[in-house]
Amino acid sequence: MTNLLTIDNIRAGYNGHSVIDNFSLEIQEGELTCLLGPSGCGKTTVLRAIAGFEPLLGGEIRLNGKTISSSRHTLPPDRRGLGMVFQDYALFPHLTVADNISFGLHRRSRREQQRIADDMLELAGLEGLGDRYPHELSGGQQQRVAVARALAPEPQLLLLDEPFSNLDVELRERLALDVRDILKERGIAAVFVTHDQHEAFVMGERVAVMQQGNVQQIDSPFNLYHEPTSRFVADFIGQGRFIDGTMVGAGTVDTVFGELTGNLTYNYPVGCEVDVLLRPDDVMISDGGEYNVVVSDRAFKGAETMYTVRLATGEEILSLMPSHIDLQVGEETGLTLSADHLILFPKEGTRT
Amino acid sequence: MAAAQPSGGAGAAQASASSARNFLAYRWQLISLPIAGLVLVPLLVIFSGWLNPETETWRHLAETVLGELIVNTLVLLLGVGAGVLMLGVGLAWLTSMCRFPGRRFFDWALMLPLALPAYVLAFVFIGLFDFSGPVQGTLREWFGPRGYWFPEVRSTGGVILVMVLVLYPYVYMLARTAFLTQGRGTLDAARMLGLGPWGAFFRVALPMARPAIAAGTALALMETLADFGTVAVFNYDTFTTAIYKAWFGLFNLQAAAQLASLLLLFVAMTLLLERRARGRSRYAEGSRGGQPHRIHLTGWHAGLATGAATLVFSAAFLLPMLQLLAWAWDIVRAELDARYLDLLLNTLMLGISAAFVTVTGALLLAFARRYQRDALTGAAVNIATLGYALPGSVLAVGIMLTLTGVDNFLQSVARGFGFDASGPVLTGTIAALLLAYLVRFLAVAFGPIDSTLGRIRDSLPEAARILGATPREVLTRVFLPLLSPGILTAILLVTVDVMKEMPATLLLRPFGWDTLAVRIYELTSEGEWERAALPAITLVMAGLLPVLLLVIRSARSANVAGRAERT
Repeated sequence: MTNLLTIDNIRAGYNGHSVIDNFSLEIQEGELTCLLGPSGCGKTTVLRAIAGFEPLLGGEIRLNGKTISSSRHTLPPDRRGLGMVFQDYALFPHLTVADNISFGLHRRSRREQQRIADDMLELAGLEGLGDRYPHELSGGQQQRVAVARALAPEPQLLLLDEPFSNLDVELRERLALDVRDILKERGIAAVFVTHDQHEAFVMGERVAVMQQGNVQQIDSPFNLYHEPTSRFVADFIGQGRFIDGTMVGAGTVDTVFGELTGNLTYNYPVGCEVDVLLRPDDVMISDGGEYNVVVSDRAFKGAETMYTVRLATGEEILSLMPSHIDLQVGEETGLTLSADHLILFPKEGTRT
Repeated sequence: MAAAQPSGGAGAAQASASSARNFLAYRWQLISLPIAGLVLVPLLVIFSGWLNPETETWRHLAETVLGELIVNTLVLLLGVGAGVLMLGVGLAWLTSMCRFPGRRFFDWALMLPLALPAYVLAFVFIGLFDFSGPVQGTLREWFGPRGYWFPEVRSTGGVILVMVLVLYPYVYMLARTAFLTQGRGTLDAARMLGLGPWGAFFRVALPMARPAIAAGTALALMETLADFGTVAVFNYDTFTTAIYKAWFGLFNLQAAAQLASLLLLFVAMTLLLERRARGRSRYAEGSRGGQPHRIHLTGWHAGLATGAATLVFSAAFLLPMLQLLAWAWDIVRAELDARYLDLLLNTLMLGISAAFVTVTGALLLAFARRYQRDALTGAAVNIATLGYALPGSVLAVGIMLTLTGVDNFLQSVARGFGFDASGPVLTGTIAALLLAYLVRFLAVAFGPIDSTLGRIRDSLPEAARILGATPREVLTRVFLPLLSPGILTAILLVTVDVMKEMPATLLLRPFGWDTLAVRIYELTSEGEWERAALPAITLVMAGLLPVLLLVIRSARSANVAGRAERT
């Protein structure tokens, strides 16, 4: 079986300076893939290269096995049959909502345009708004129109560029879920770009974490959080602190909490100095805990409270606890670790 | 799935597409550079006259008229400059920062004089106040032939007064906008820091508005330098009239070119002065708009304010309009005939053709700058829009010389091939005239089109492309509908400007191609004020359209500022 989209070792950029280099990614039919990374990491450039707005300096992009971009040739965007949702929605201000949605259908009969536009309005929850102009809609409604317009020509692949970044936080998650459901229902694959990991986790089945034009790790959200393969991903995804450790066996490390063993093995040599990642949800604090710690800071978050606790060694780690456990700064308490996934990185500056 | 199957990929198709891309990468320069050339070549031709000066004519000019021309021009510039500054800034301050009876009306009514071509006000003024006019006639009736004193109308003061009354709106409008957009924050701050209303005006509002005031004054001075009709009516000799006389009186195009190059020096000087006056100041507009707290004028202050505004409005617009209507009323039956309608239609056709050519050029330039963001294209656009600074008579001389050269070349080529080629090919044709309008008014069309285009974000054409629209469809389905307000504004502005244009039309028009402006020139040079009133009223009516557009826009933006203040 061929991939729907193959991005093969591409390079893109301006004036000899490459923004992305050696970037590869494969996308199957119906799959939701997210490109996640800090601003300037090249994720939007990848998206624009897929769309055909960005010429390639090297490598190839293939859609259904056919080359659509290479360093010698760029198939124009209008001949790729893709859909795209822009960050600013890019709704045509001179057209009504219905005309916006049927913009990509103008080679079809008027009746069919009408039918599809009505379907899309219903799908997007915009019944009765077809005659409005974009500026008469709220931000969330405009976003829905943008998605409906991109889906109307039934593309196999939808590209979304920071699609929810202009919306307020509550609306953002609801819309992301709506869009995901629509895509899954219709079996449309999507590549979407964001710098917001929550958005990525809501929508992405696979998330590619990018840094400086390269993919650091492609994985499920669960694995990215619990089994990051690089220090950058560990830092970028979720919260957590590192403590010192020394290797004593393939999966065992000696730390201030004694010897810890996880479900992963590392082939670092015995005696190697490592950093051990502790996620806040791996760290429980209560009076009955094994190790004595002092609460040095707390941040109330409603359902949960994020505590910073100081160990006897002076190191500080984070602990996320249900907020009914109410400890004050300066209070002494106990700590218990419940980490299945032991994440280790060699100390910075040491070679493995 | 209805997704289009991508059809690229064949090796041969790739190779040809790649070479096409190399070519297309430069296509915008291929367009913007020739347009810039249209402006640059006539300029260079004018200055190239100095490489081979006709010393005889030149000495003659220098001995006879040159000194007078320079003095006259300087006096005119100083007088008009001082006058428009006083009227423009003063009135703008009153209507935007004070409250007095009639303020709301004068706020927009004081822009109306822009609709009057200066040469129209000039002949109305002379017709009204000259020795044989109705005013002095009445005075004579009351006091006898020697019983009253009246200033000489056809004098330096008269020219300056007329020009000031027509040109002050440039300063008024720009200063008014500057005062209104300063926001009240800065002025409030000044008042909190202990300045009185006058102190706040002179130490905060006026310095902040300086770039706008300098720009408005420079516009007024450029119009003064370019003016031909007014000074011709007043028999006040300046470079523009001298160019006309050299061309049509002495048939000496070289002398005309040398005079034109001197006039250009004055234009360059004015532009430099504006740069100096504006200095390095680029004041950001007040962060929040909001109407300023207006100073409430009462008692004789209010009376003075209303009186001043009424006086200026009456002198610059109301009285001339009434006089024109009175004259037109007398002659309309005799003059409004098929010949007049022909003339009107001719003028309109010329205006619309020029607008079509100019708007096309402006669209190409605006797209060039959008899609070819390099220094060369930027320079080409700057040069191409410089034409507005060229006085019409200078432009006419430059184009005439250039086209004569082209004609001579074409004729010699034709003779080389054994054809009998005599007579002009381009000179004296409608093409020459359209070329002059294109060069002169390209900037007028470029302004509204470029600003409308600038508001179209890149994502809109991209969204259209990804939805399957070809580049041509993006143009017809996205760009043109979105650009249409800017294009219509540009067409209106250029059409009206061409209808009012006098010197270039007079010098370049093909034989028999009269326009309303040319007709006014012919009639007024024989003192037939009444008969000139009909074409003049037609021009003023046309000229009111863009002014009203401007008034409506500024009212709307004031409303927006007001709303922003309330929320």
